[in-house]
Amino acid sequence: MMAARAPYLFGAIAVLFGLVIDLRVGVVLGGWLAAWTANAWIARRGGPGVRWLVPAIFGLTLIALWEAIVQLFAVPFVILPPPSAVAARIAASTDVLYADFIQTFVRGALSGYAMGAVAGVLVALLADRFRFLGRGLLPVGNMMAALPIVGTAPIFVMWFGSNWESKAAVVFTMVFFPVLVNTIQGLKEATAIQRDLMTTYAAGYWQTLWRLRLPMAMPFIFNGLKIGSTLALIGAIVAEFFGSPIVGMGFRISTSVGTLALDMVWAEIAVAALAGSLFYGAVTLVERAVTFWHPSQRR
Amino acid sequence: MADMVIDQERAIHRSSGFRVARLFAGATVPVLAVVAAILAIWYAACVPMNIHGTVNLARVHGFEAVPASRGERRDIGAFALVSRNPAAIPFVWSEEKPRLPAPHQVGAEIWRTVALTAPNDRRGLVYHAWTTLSATALGFAIGIGLGVALAIGIVHNRAMDLSVMPWAIASQTIPILAIAPMVIVVFASVGLTGLLPKAFIAAYLSFFPVVVGMVKGLRSPDAMQLDLLRTYNASAFQVLMRLRLPASMPYLFTSLKIGAAASLVGTIVGELPTGGAGLGARLLAGSYYGQTIQIWSALFVAAFLAALLMAVIGAVQGVTLRRMGMVQG
Repeated sequence: MMAARAPYLFGAIAVLFGLVIDLRVGVVLGGWLAAWTANAWIARRGGPGVRWLVPAIFGLTLIALWEAIVQLFAVPFVILPPPSAVAARIAASTDVLYADFIQTFVRGALSGYAMGAVAGVLVALLADRFRFLGRGLLPVGNMMAALPIVGTAPIFVMWFGSNWESKAAVVFTMVFFPVLVNTIQGLKEATAIQRDLMTTYAAGYWQTLWRLRLPMAMPFIFNGLKIGSTLALIGAIVAEFFGSPIVGMGFRISTSVGTLALDMVWAEIAVAALAGSLFYGAVTLVERAVTFWHPSQRR
Repeated sequence: MADMVIDQERAIHRSSGFRVARLFAGATVPVLAVVAAILAIWYAACVPMNIHGTVNLARVHGFEAVPASRGERRDIGAFALVSRNPAAIPFVWSEEKPRLPAPHQVGAEIWRTVALTAPNDRRGLVYHAWTTLSATALGFAIGIGLGVALAIGIVHNRAMDLSVMPWAIASQTIPILAIAPMVIVVFASVGLTGLLPKAFIAAYLSFFPVVVGMVKGLRSPDAMQLDLLRTYNASAFQVLMRLRLPASMPYLFTSLKIGAAASLVGTIVGELPTGGAGLGARLLAGSYYGQTIQIWSALFVAAFLAALLMAVIGAVQGVTLRRMGMVQG
């Protein structure tokens, strides 16, 4: 029990020490310690809702401390705007944020993601049909999936112009390889016994593929799709740093950084974070519906 | 029937063609074939991609452009223009600023800027690659250190686990990379430039994969192993050093590979607004001045760096896991 209390003792000493040096340091440390004690108590107590309550308190504490630090220490706006200013900016410019969201996420990221995912699965099927191609494509695809593909952005901007088409092309390239590699891997999942069973049913290649091997590959395909979902938004935003029309999240971030309007930058980041998490969540929901039979989905 | 098959196999083994057959069965020949196909497509694609630029320079190259006016040519598709100007085809692989440089042009540029330029020359790629690599490595090291430390904390403290883990997982779905330019500018406004801001981004990007992977790894020992250490009256620290850390090694290396790739991308994107040294700055400069060959060579060097990082981690992984008896060989 002593070991569990020691951190709080140290914490209390740190708060007192902070109060002696500077009242503001003490306030910040004290707020942190209070929130942490509350969290530790809730976590130890257990019960329903702990899985939501504790991270929520932690997140709110971070935001509150951010606000407190910025206000108490008068941190310059150009270094770190307070969360209240960011919230005010979000509320004041929803139309701009919405236009940027449509341009970058819907036009650039989503269209590129859809094309990249479909192409990845199709090429993987080709690689499966023709073994020679598969043996060659898997190492090359693995290699490509680890490369900094986002660097191709300036090339695509040069080829497809500065509008959303070039962003979709970057996203396509970034999503294609993870989906390809994972699908090739997943198509190998069906065991010899299962395939033999399909043969005894007189199932042809396509029937075996549709009824056995594609369903078996789904957990792998969704793994690739999830990796791609986080890459898609990154690709679309970073590609806009190399050229874009005067709308888009990447454009807004780079121009706002230029004019030191950091509240706008953080507002865009908040939108990007929300869009990224929701997108990932949506893919996970579809995965749960498609691969409900898989052990990892059991609850 | 079975004997016949075995006899045939023996014959194959005896024949001098066996090595060739094994090459075909392995990955070497298929990979070479795929690479050759990519190169062939690349060379072929240069024709329609570069034909407009080449025909625009018809007078320099010494042939007649058909049709003669630039405006008319702009309205013609690439393939139609190729069929009307067969004389232009030899020049599409040697333009100075092509839309798609040919592989040998990129190779020659890399050779010129890597081998024929002094390593500390700003015009050479070795200088830029080193700038990027040093920031990546520094950030990666910081990211590993902090990530492993936080993972150890999470495994030992339930409050920390419940507080931090959901955010660590959620943060991987967030395009953190988008704030890289802002971080650079903010650091610059407080007078901090050069290696550290980029390393900060690289550290941040490699941090969360390491945390998530290490938490999984530190929890990988099963209840029986933990019970055994309890019967030994081992302290939490001893359990960590003797059981949890060794057991987490395979997970560590997997997340290191993800983290290294993320660090490199983070550094390159972080170099975009600096405009100075580094592969990212090189990419942006190439994109401003239409120096496509420069963009492609910077891209290939970046790919080489990524492969180098993967190879180093893979080698360390192989040696470590073999020493620990976790893999055969």
